[in-house]
Amino acid sequence: MAADLQGDGLTRAEGSGRPPHPVDRGAVPRGGDGPVHVHRAYPHDSAHLHVQGAASYLDDLLEPEGTLHLAVGMSPAARGRIAAMDLAPVRAAPGVVRVVTAGDIPGRNDISPALGDETLLADTHVAFHGQAMFLVAATTRDAARRAARLGRIEIEAQEPSVTVEDAERRDERVLPDYAFGRGDVATALKAAPRMLEGRLRIGGQEHFYLEGQAALAIPGEDGAILVHSSTQHPTEVQHVVARILNVPDALVTCEVRRMGGAFGGKESQATQWAALAALAARVTGRPCKLRLDRDDDFALTGKRHDFRVDYRLGFDADGRVSAYDVDFLACCGHSADLSQGVVDRTMFHADNAYFLPAARVASRRLKTNTVSNTAFRGFGGPQGMLAIEKAMDDVARLTGRDPLDVRLANLYAPGRDETPFGMKVEETDTLRAIMEGLERSSGYRERRAQVDAFNAGGGWLRRGLALTPVKFGISFTLTHLNQAGALVHVYTDGSVQLNHGGTEMGQGLYRKVAQVVAEEFGIGLERVRITATTTDKVPNTSPTAASAGSDLNGMAAKVAASTIRARMAGIAAALWGVDEEAVRFRDGMVAAGAESMTFADLARACHQQRVHLSATGFYRTPNITWDRASATGRPFFYFAYGAACAEVLVDTLTGENRVTRVDILHDVGASLNPAIDIGQIEGGFVQGMGWLTTEELVYAPDGRLLTHAPATYKIPVSSDVPADFRVELFPNSARQDTIYRSKAVGEPPVMLANSVFCAIADALASLDPGRPVPLDAPATPEAILNAALALGGGR
Amino acid sequence: MRDVIRFVRRGQVVEVSDFHPRTTLLDWLRLTDRATGTKEGCAEGDCGACTIVLRRLRNGAPVVEPVNSCILFLGQADGAEILTVEDLGDPDGRPAGASGEGLHPVQRAMVDMHGSQCGFCTPGIVMSLFALHETAPGPVDRRAIDDALAGNLCRCTGYRPIADAAARACGPERAPPRPLPTFPEADPERDVFVGSDETFFAAPASEASLAALYARHPDAVLVSGATDVGLWATKALRDLPKIIWLGRVAGLDAVEDDGATLTLGATLTHARALPLLAGLDPDIGELLRRFGSVQVRASGTVGGNIANGSPIGDLAPVMIALGAEVELRRGDEVRRVPMEDFFIAYRKQDRRPSEFVRAVRVRRPGRDAAFRCFKVSKRFDEDISAVMGAFHFVLGEAGGERVIRSARIAYGGMAGIPKRAALAEAALAGAPLSSRKAWDLALDAIAGDFSPMSDQRANAAYRGHVARNLLLKALTEVAGASTDRTRIVGRRPPELEAAHGR
Repeated sequence: MAADLQGDGLTRAEGSGRPPHPVDRGAVPRGGDGPVHVHRAYPHDSAHLHVQGAASYLDDLLEPEGTLHLAVGMSPAARGRIAAMDLAPVRAAPGVVRVVTAGDIPGRNDISPALGDETLLADTHVAFHGQAMFLVAATTRDAARRAARLGRIEIEAQEPSVTVEDAERRDERVLPDYAFGRGDVATALKAAPRMLEGRLRIGGQEHFYLEGQAALAIPGEDGAILVHSSTQHPTEVQHVVARILNVPDALVTCEVRRMGGAFGGKESQATQWAALAALAARVTGRPCKLRLDRDDDFALTGKRHDFRVDYRLGFDADGRVSAYDVDFLACCGHSADLSQGVVDRTMFHADNAYFLPAARVASRRLKTNTVSNTAFRGFGGPQGMLAIEKAMDDVARLTGRDPLDVRLANLYAPGRDETPFGMKVEETDTLRAIMEGLERSSGYRERRAQVDAFNAGGGWLRRGLALTPVKFGISFTLTHLNQAGALVHVYTDGSVQLNHGGTEMGQGLYRKVAQVVAEEFGIGLERVRITATTTDKVPNTSPTAASAGSDLNGMAAKVAASTIRARMAGIAAALWGVDEEAVRFRDGMVAAGAESMTFADLARACHQQRVHLSATGFYRTPNITWDRASATGRPFFYFAYGAACAEVLVDTLTGENRVTRVDILHDVGASLNPAIDIGQIEGGFVQGMGWLTTEELVYAPDGRLLTHAPATYKIPVSSDVPADFRVELFPNSARQDTIYRSKAVGEPPVMLANSVFCAIADALASLDPGRPVPLDAPATPEAILNAALALGGGR
Repeated sequence: MRDVIRFVRRGQVVEVSDFHPRTTLLDWLRLTDRATGTKEGCAEGDCGACTIVLRRLRNGAPVVEPVNSCILFLGQADGAEILTVEDLGDPDGRPAGASGEGLHPVQRAMVDMHGSQCGFCTPGIVMSLFALHETAPGPVDRRAIDDALAGNLCRCTGYRPIADAAARACGPERAPPRPLPTFPEADPERDVFVGSDETFFAAPASEASLAALYARHPDAVLVSGATDVGLWATKALRDLPKIIWLGRVAGLDAVEDDGATLTLGATLTHARALPLLAGLDPDIGELLRRFGSVQVRASGTVGGNIANGSPIGDLAPVMIALGAEVELRRGDEVRRVPMEDFFIAYRKQDRRPSEFVRAVRVRRPGRDAAFRCFKVSKRFDEDISAVMGAFHFVLGEAGGERVIRSARIAYGGMAGIPKRAALAEAALAGAPLSSRKAWDLALDAIAGDFSPMSDQRANAAYRGHVARNLLLKALTEVAGASTDRTRIVGRRPPELEAAHGR
C-alpha cells in the first residue's frame, strides 16, 4: 500500500481547480542512505478501518456479560447548598440496580488534577448548573437515563457568577493572580508618542469531539480494576480512580486504543467519567459503562476559557509599539482544573510574534459558577495572541497604515528578540521569511488594492483582508511533564510490537511513531504493530497534549528501538566478523559488506543467542527550565511558526459573512509525515475559524448553558471552508535536536485563524476608516452587525 | 393487516415485531444487529455520524436516501433496504485489510486523500458520499459536495481532503451503482400494526385507515419524518407508546399542480418538494437548499414542518407570504385554513384532536408579483434561523409610476409563531416602488409589528435590526438592484433579478 499511496498521497487539492502539487514541500529529499519511512505521506494508521466502520471506539467494545449502564443525576441550580436529595423515585424506576452517591466513595471525593477543589459527586454544595450529584446504574442505558431525571433535589440557591463582571464583583478566583513583564511600562506608556486603550471580549469554545466522553470499568481480583477510557491522559485516570477507590495505583489499569477526537477536552476531564464507572463497578461488582449523551456532555465538561482583555498600548506614528500593558481576566469556571497552565500560556503568547520593548502581562483566574474550563488546543495561547492582533489592528486604524505594515514593523528581529518572559526568540529569520513569503505568494499587496477599491464603492457588502503571524512555544510549561516512555518488542518472526505513552485522538501520532520505529529497524511499516496505550505497559506518562506527542513519544520509541537494534547489530557483527557500526538495517534486510540476512532471521538468531529483544525507551526534553515564582528561565524547547492570509466578504446589513480565500505558510520543521501535518494545519485552522466566527456559548443568567447541542452550537461545516484554500509547508529543519528535525504541529495552526477575525474587522473598518473596530469574538453575525452599527453602518 | 415490519439487511428480508415503538434505527443497529460501525454523535440529527442509506422503491422506481438513523424510528425502515458503512465493501461483510482490497471507491478515495483523522465522523461521511455517488447525475463540483456534506460534522480535517475524496469518487470515472436487492413483496394496501392497543407502531395504508385509527387513539403521536419527534424520544425521553407513522399512507404525498395552485401532500419530503417550490421562486429553492441537510430533507416533510408549529420553521413564513392554505382532515371531514390562522401561539395550532394535516395548497405568484425570502442564521448551512423573512409584493403602475399594489410580508423568529408584518404591509400598500419615504415608513413599522425575544440564537435588538434590514434589502432588489451588490450567498439568476422577471 505504501508504494501505491506515494503517488496519490503526495498530490492534493483535487477538485479545487488548481494543479496538483506535492504536499511534502519541506521534506528531506530521499535516496541513497536517506530515511525511508519518515518525511513521508503515509495515511493514518487506521484510515482503512475508519472508512469501513471497523475501528472500535469505546462504545463499540463488546460488553462483558452483565454490564450495567450508568447515567448522571445533575444539579438543577448553579450555586448553593444541597438542602435535600430524595432518590427513592430513582431507585424505584424500572431497570435500576443501584444508585450511587458521594457517600459510597471509599476514598477521597476528589477528581481535581492538583488542588483538591473538585468533587466526583457533589456532597454539600453545588457550584455549576448540571454538576454531577448522583449516579444511576441500570440494566440499559435508556433505563439509567430515564431514572436519572427522577431525583427530587432541593438546592438553597444563590445568585451564580456567570460573567467576568459577576466574578469581579464577588472578587472570587480559583487561583492567585500572576504577572510578569519587562521594563517600566507606566513610564514607557507616558513617553510614547501615542497611546490607545482597548478592551476585547473573547468567547469560549466547546471541543465538540465527535465521540462523547465514555468509560467502561471492569472489576478484577483483590480490588483491581481495568478501565477503558476515552482519555488523553491514562495515567491521570489511573491516579484518580485509585484515589476514589482508595487502592494503590498498581491495582488500576487504564487503556485507550483511540479517541474519536479530544482537542484537550479529554486531558483532565475524561477522568470523572472513568472514575464514576470505576466507583459503580466497585459498588455493584459488575462491569459498568458510562457514555454521556451529547447534551449532558456539553453541560458537564469544560471548555476553552472565555476572557475579557483590557489593554493599553504605546506606539509611534509609524505604528511601532513601545509598551504593552495587558490584563487577562479569565473565566475559569468553578474550579482550578488546568487554569494555571492555560492562563500562563495566554501570558506566554501575549506578545505573539511582536517585540515589546516594555511589557506588563497580568492575569486573573476568576471563579464563575460555570463548568470548569479546561485545556483546548492552543491551551490559552489563542486568547493571548488574539488580543495583540486586535491591538495591532487598532494601531493600524489610528496611524492610517496597512495592518500588515504595522505587523512587519513590530515583528521579532535580531536585536529585538527577547520575549516579555526573558526567553530569546532564536529563529527570527524563519518568522520573517514566512511573513514575507506569504505576503508574496498570497498576492497580498495587489489584493489589498482590490479590496480597498471594492469598499470605496460603498454599499452594504464589504471585503476584508488580513495576514497574521503565529509563534507558538513548544513544551509543557510545567517542566516535569516533558518526558515520555516507550516499550518495543521484536518477535522471532521479525514482527515488532510498539507501545508508548502517547494516545491517538486522530492526530496521527501512532502512525508517526511507527514510522520512526520502522525507520530504526529498516523494516516495512506493516511489520510494526501498534498497540493500545495502557498504563500497564508504559507507566507514569504525561498527557498527550501541548503538541508534544510525537516530539516526546517519537524520541522515546527511537531510543527503545535503537537499544534493540544495537543488540541485534552486535550479534550480526559477531556472526560476520565485522564492526557493529558496519551493520545496516534497511528494506527488511540486515547487511554488512557482502553479508546479509533478513531482519527476521537475525531476530531468530538473537533469540538463539539469548539476546533480549524487548526494550524500554525514555526521553526527557533537554535545555528547558522555567521558574514560575521568579518568572525566569526558558519554558520552551523551541517555537513553531506560521502565517495565514484570509479574505472575507461581509454583509453589513445582517452581519453574515463568508471566507473567500485562505493562504497558509506553516513551519513544521522537516515533517515526519507531510499528509498528516497538512491535515493538522487545515483542521486546526478551521477549528480556530469556528471559535472566532460561528461558535458561540450562551449562558442564561441562572447559569444554564443554552447552547448545549449541535442544533444551537454551530461548528464549521464543509461550505464554511473556502474552496480556495492554499496550504504550504515552509521548507525548514528544526534547529534543536528534535525527532528527525521535525516540529510540533497539533496546536499552532488554530491561531492561524486569527487572520479571519482580523479580515472581518478589516471589512468593517472601511465603514469608518481611522477608528478601531469594536468587534468582539466570536464574530457572529450579531457581533458584526453591532460593530457595523457602532461605525455608522448596518442600515 | 401485517403485524411485523420488514426490511432488507445484508440481502435478507428481516421481519421484526418485538420492539418498542420509540426504538431508533441506530439503537437497533448498534444494540441488536451489533453493527457498531454507525456512530452516535449527537442523537438529534445534526452531526451526521449516524448516517446510513435507505434504498426503497417509490412508485416502482428505486430511491437512495441518506438518513440520520439516530432519530429515525425503526419502523420507518419498513419496506426499505438498510445499508450501513460495513456493507459497502466486501459483499460478505468482511472488513478489508490495510491493503484496501475490496473498498468501495468512496472509501478508497477517503483513505487515499487522507479524509479521516479521528475517524468517528467517517462512517457517516462515507455513507453521505455513497449516496452522492449513487445519485449525482454527473461529476460533482465543490458546491454539490458541500450540499451533500452539510449534515455531516467533522471536527478534525477542515473538510478539504473529504471534498477532494468526494470529487474523485464521484468524478467522471464513476463506478457503476450498486445493484438493487430483492425487496420484500410489496403490499401497499395492507395496514401495518405492530404491538398492542396500549403500545404500538402503526403504519396505516390509506387516509381512511389513518383517520379511523387516529380517531380511536387521539393520544397517539403522528410521525412523518421524525426529524423533530425523534428528539422527543432521544432527548426529552418521552414514552411515546403509540406511534402512527404516515409514511405508508397512499396518496398523502401526492402533488397536484393545476397551473394556478400547487398542492403538496403532507408527507411529501423536503427533498421532493424542493424542485417544485424552487419553481415558484429561486429564493425558495435556495432556502430549501439550506433547510436542514440532505439527511433531514430526505426524512422531514412539508406537513411535518407545518404541523409542528415551530416558530422558526422556515417554510411557514414563505407559505404565509404566498397566501397558502393548510388542508386538514378529521374522520371524513376536510377543511382548509389560511396558513397564518393555523398558528395560534407558541407550539399551538388550530388542529383539533384526531385531526391531521393533509396537504398544503399554495398559489403560484402572479406575473405582476415579486417575491424574495432571506434566512439569517449563525451558520449558513444546517442552522435554524435567527430571523427568516419572506416578501411578496404585487406590483403595478399608477400615474406612470411603478407602485406596490399590495404586500404580504411574513417573518419567522420574530414572535412565538410565524407572523405577518401587518403595519409594514399597510405602509407599503399603494406606495411608489422606488419611494425611499414610503420605504422608511414601512421599515419603521417593523418595530411596531414585532416584539422579538432574546435567546441563544440572537438578541431581540439584533432580530429587530435584521428584520428591518431584510425588508430594506427586498425593496432595494425589487426596485432593481442586482443581487451581486446585495447578497453574499444565494444570488439570483440574472433573468430573475428585476421585479417583473418571471
